[in-house]
Amino acid sequence: MTADVSPILISMKTAGTAILVTFFLGVFAARGVVALRSDKLRIILDGLLTLPLVLPPTVAGFFLLYIFGVQRPVGSFLIAFFGWKVVFSWSATVLAAVVISFPLMYRAARGAFEQVDRDLIDAARTLGMSERRIFWQVTMPLARPGVAAGGVLAFARGLGEFGATAMIAGNIAGRTRTLPLAVYSEVAGNDMRQAYEYVAILVVICFLVVFAMNYFTAKESKYKRGADQ
Amino acid sequence: MTLALAIKKRLKGFELDLTFETGGGRLGILGASGSGKSMTLKSVAGIVTPDRGRILLNGRVLFDSSASVDVPPQQRRVGYLFQNYALFPHMTAIDNIACGRNLAKAEARRDPRIRELLGLLRLTELAERYPGQLSGGQQQRVALARILRSEPEIILLDEPFSALDEYLREQLHFQLAELLSNWGDNVLMVTHNRDEVYKLCDQLLVLDKGRIAAAGPLKQLFAEPGRLPVARLTGCKNISPVKRLAAYEVEAAAWGLRLRTAAPVAGDIVAVGIRAHDLRPAAAGDPNAFPCQVADRGEGPFEHNIICRTPGPDPLWWKVAKENLPGTLPASLSLPPEKLLLLRE
Repeated sequence: MTADVSPILISMKTAGTAILVTFFLGVFAARGVVALRSDKLRIILDGLLTLPLVLPPTVAGFFLLYIFGVQRPVGSFLIAFFGWKVVFSWSATVLAAVVISFPLMYRAARGAFEQVDRDLIDAARTLGMSERRIFWQVTMPLARPGVAAGGVLAFARGLGEFGATAMIAGNIAGRTRTLPLAVYSEVAGNDMRQAYEYVAILVVICFLVVFAMNYFTAKESKYKRGADQ
Repeated sequence: MTLALAIKKRLKGFELDLTFETGGGRLGILGASGSGKSMTLKSVAGIVTPDRGRILLNGRVLFDSSASVDVPPQQRRVGYLFQNYALFPHMTAIDNIACGRNLAKAEARRDPRIRELLGLLRLTELAERYPGQLSGGQQQRVALARILRSEPEIILLDEPFSALDEYLREQLHFQLAELLSNWGDNVLMVTHNRDEVYKLCDQLLVLDKGRIAAAGPLKQLFAEPGRLPVARLTGCKNISPVKRLAAYEVEAAAWGLRLRTAAPVAGDIVAVGIRAHDLRPAAAGDPNAFPCQVADRGEGPFEHNIICRTPGPDPLWWKVAKENLPGTLPASLSLPPEKLLLLRE
């Protein structure tokens, strides 16, 4: 293979880093929203957190550019104090992937948490378990299949991210050119052979992802298997 | 132990408005579904917040709306047995029991109190099973062990037998009664089942649409319900509105019968009740006799249910043990005047 492997490496690095950030952000946002007492606040917050899922990615990228651009307050602050230029750097690919894949993780985790029987949580409270222990020892284990499936889906979405990435990270070969951008560039440059290779790699990865998701959702837990005997 | 409670909470369709105090023992709250009884228990446990009021347990303030005190459930020391037991399905029985104490897996298996409880509740052999592998009765015992290990000051039982098969219930009534008296008897139980409350409790509180319809010693309330909703909830099958005819006589409109009473009929008596078991074949000269005309009959395993026509629009329901019913039905039935329940609104 004479192909340039850098898009593969960049994509892996980006999607891998992004899913770590997305996973924790999504889980904790879901935990926070589920625990909210005010219905009105929950609906508003839920809408805001879901927004990147329904916005066209280029529009989401436009907003990111608006926030992190070197002339903007946040962007210039990061450069002035941390020497960190976000736009058109590798970190921008991660930022775009996180923002776009976050709603999938958040919604999957929220759904999984809401499925957990309220009585179990209340019982844990009357038994004296702290809220933190309840979350880690009761809610999370029972919500695990849904949370894991959400994680896999978010990873796939981050891997396939194109629009917002192009807006905020650009398409710089060897730096910000991820696999989806590489496919686009090769086709635009009329190198179909190279495009086939990138496409094949993406298709294989996505097959694996779907397989992994089905595995997580269908896998029976030890306690459930026991119940059927 | 004392639990003192005065709460108000707006619920769908009515307002829960309760004030009561228990001086220990087992208090049963009897109410139809939707009468607010579960809400009451949940308020004590801290799972539900009343709109206004105060809750004290052994002098400790658990909730006081005027002082903005709302102790979290974790610190209330109130054990709550949920209707479906709420065992954690992903933990074994022993881990369920240990979780309130934050014991590691190995610690739980060494813990002397847990071993004692496992023995007491006949769970030693089942300790490593998951709830899904246990029967309903076994799950209930695990849930009780879990509550007892968390060392509560009071135990709340929310319809403790509703999740069980009929044939298990009676056996478990005795088991639970024995366990609870072993523990020290600070129990508040809600149910809509009069048999359960009768077997397990010594004090009774009848709840009707969020308000207390009656409160007092259980046996006394069953014998003299005094009020219409209490008679219904304690299982009185025959109820009729009445007109007072004389100091010791009423006319029951639903059955078209004139009935003698043992006690003088006060002006506020609006209805009478006849428990289905209290009717009997009439002997010559019995007061309150009427002809027995069978409209319908059903047979239980140990008793006959006989629906008798009356001169009025409603029939009377008679329950009689099989060995007390001769081959042919009696020509007439009677009710001893002292068994007639006089009911206020």
